[in-house]
Amino acid sequence: MTMDEETVSSDIRQAGDSEKEPAPPEFETGRREPRRSLRTGIRPILYAILHHKTACMGILIILLLTVMALFAPWLAPHDPNEQDLYHVLESPSRRHLLGTDDVGRDLLSRVLFGARVSLFVGLSSTVFSALIGIFIGLVAGYKGGAIDMLTMRITDTFMCIPGLIFLLVLAAALGPGVHNIIIAIAALGWTGFARITRGQVLSLRQLPFVEAAHAAGASGWRIMFRHLLPNAMAPIIVAASITVGGAIMLESAAAFLGLGVQPPTPSWGEALRVGYSYLEIVPLFSIVPGLMITLAVLAFNFLGDGLRDALDPRLRGEAQKIV
Amino acid sequence: MAGLLEVRNLSTHFSTKEGLIRAVEDVSFDLDAGETLGLVGESGCGKSVSAMSLMRLIPNPPGKIVNGEIVFEGRDLLKLGDEEIRHIRGNRMAMIFQEPMTSFNPVMTIGRQVAEPLEIHRNMTRNKAWTICADLLRRVRIPEAGKRLQSYPHQFSGGMRQRAMIAMALACTPRLIIADEPTTALDVTIQAQLLELMKQLTRDAGTALILITHNLGIVARYADRVNVMYAGRIVEKATVRALYADPRHPYTVGLMASIPRLDQDVKRKLRPIPGQPPDLLHPPSGCAFHPRCRNRIPVCEIHRPALEKASDGHEVACWNPVREAPPCC
Repeated sequence: MTMDEETVSSDIRQAGDSEKEPAPPEFETGRREPRRSLRTGIRPILYAILHHKTACMGILIILLLTVMALFAPWLAPHDPNEQDLYHVLESPSRRHLLGTDDVGRDLLSRVLFGARVSLFVGLSSTVFSALIGIFIGLVAGYKGGAIDMLTMRITDTFMCIPGLIFLLVLAAALGPGVHNIIIAIAALGWTGFARITRGQVLSLRQLPFVEAAHAAGASGWRIMFRHLLPNAMAPIIVAASITVGGAIMLESAAAFLGLGVQPPTPSWGEALRVGYSYLEIVPLFSIVPGLMITLAVLAFNFLGDGLRDALDPRLRGEAQKIV
Repeated sequence: MAGLLEVRNLSTHFSTKEGLIRAVEDVSFDLDAGETLGLVGESGCGKSVSAMSLMRLIPNPPGKIVNGEIVFEGRDLLKLGDEEIRHIRGNRMAMIFQEPMTSFNPVMTIGRQVAEPLEIHRNMTRNKAWTICADLLRRVRIPEAGKRLQSYPHQFSGGMRQRAMIAMALACTPRLIIADEPTTALDVTIQAQLLELMKQLTRDAGTALILITHNLGIVARYADRVNVMYAGRIVEKATVRALYADPRHPYTVGLMASIPRLDQDVKRKLRPIPGQPPDLLHPPSGCAFHPRCRNRIPVCEIHRPALEKASDGHEVACWNPVREAPPCC
């Protein structure tokens, strides 16, 4: 945390210095500046997040998980799929830091590789949900009237479907597997994004700048994507962060029921299910993957919390004063 | 000479839960290229709705242009498709709004917003539009124009934003600019600067200007001709000179008597117009102004007067117009 603070403050110092420089010819500044103006927009938000303790914790855990997922092949002490039937269900030892599972595979290696599935499913299903939901919310909010009515009733209908049961049905219809899980989560997850986006658009489209854009001859699509969407992003980003956590949870639930990733691919939910049967012999076998799931979900919720505070300028007063 | 804009019998109504509001009723006027027309009246008299109708920016529902013709550069705007009218907005006809504080998108730089009409109507690339925008900001006297393109609206003062708005309106060199109370939200010294700037820039470009305001002082100084509106209708039309020297409609006279003048005995009291602006849901019978009028005669309550010629280029809608020199002069 102190390191983060230092980077930020040195960043500010640099920006302050560069402003004192004699201004180069105008056209040149025109080309050079976009990056800086972006930073003036983002810097106070970054500052607020880095001063939000839970958000920092969330970011730290997410970074850790990302490193685990990306560098699993180098970090893992063993091949996660290598079986060793002479050493099944072992307690932690120097050779196997977290012990072994029911077919003698190294648990640590499997947990490291398991981060890949969880993060991949969590992030990609959230991206798909957001894309669908934002589009539907934008159109519904902007067009209003019958289109709004219809799409919102469809959204309500989708919201009524219980997630886990839908997951089971879809897995039964399409067969188990990561891709189907992503489809299933996205097919239900977009409703939240649609509602949030629509709500934002409904209040934003009343503002004079939208009328001004109309008067400048902007088309409906231009107004939706260039004027309304960027102004609606803050709550969408917050929702996205929390949705990632929810998606990871759902993926684990699916894997726990045997509908997610198929063995032998390592996954936390699957490890939890198998380990559950040996809870009394090797408790770590199920505790570690369960802990990982909890950590991941918590981290994304923490981040979402911090983002909400940081993106709301009213809660950011203190940080802005310093910047 | 063929006018730039001919408005004939324009009527815009709003249907609300309580009933139909005739916000603009039977409004006709002409505008020549390069001319400045003042549109004056109290709040809610239909000035802004007229302006929005010209741009076809009336939200429908609840609003609807129910009747009339708006012939602009030889084409009736009310008969154009959505796509065609879009190519006129911001291109041939631009608008300057009342609230410079909220009329800019807070998350886009000023430069990108000023460039928007150019991107939309001239298919310009960002870079090319950028140099033109820097030039536009320079023309509206924003210091360090090139650098300021990168600023966000919240980094601009109200006056600067209104300047940027003028720059944006001028971007495609439109033939007509509609300024809807462009200086109401600004302080007096900035008002004068901006109006002067607007007058000069439109004169240089030969652009016609419709200046909507409730400030008679602004109209006197910057407009060529004036339409006075009351309860959705034009009640008096005249050149600025004629209107100020010889106002005929009791409402116009009342407006003039209610503003302080420098060349007058300071002890004389201002005479406000008695009563309230009319409720457009239940407009008065006959002449809408009769409940507040000093010159009321019996016929005013029954029949509505039509616009009639009072002298050359001066029309008034009143059964009993003011004839003597008004008491304020």
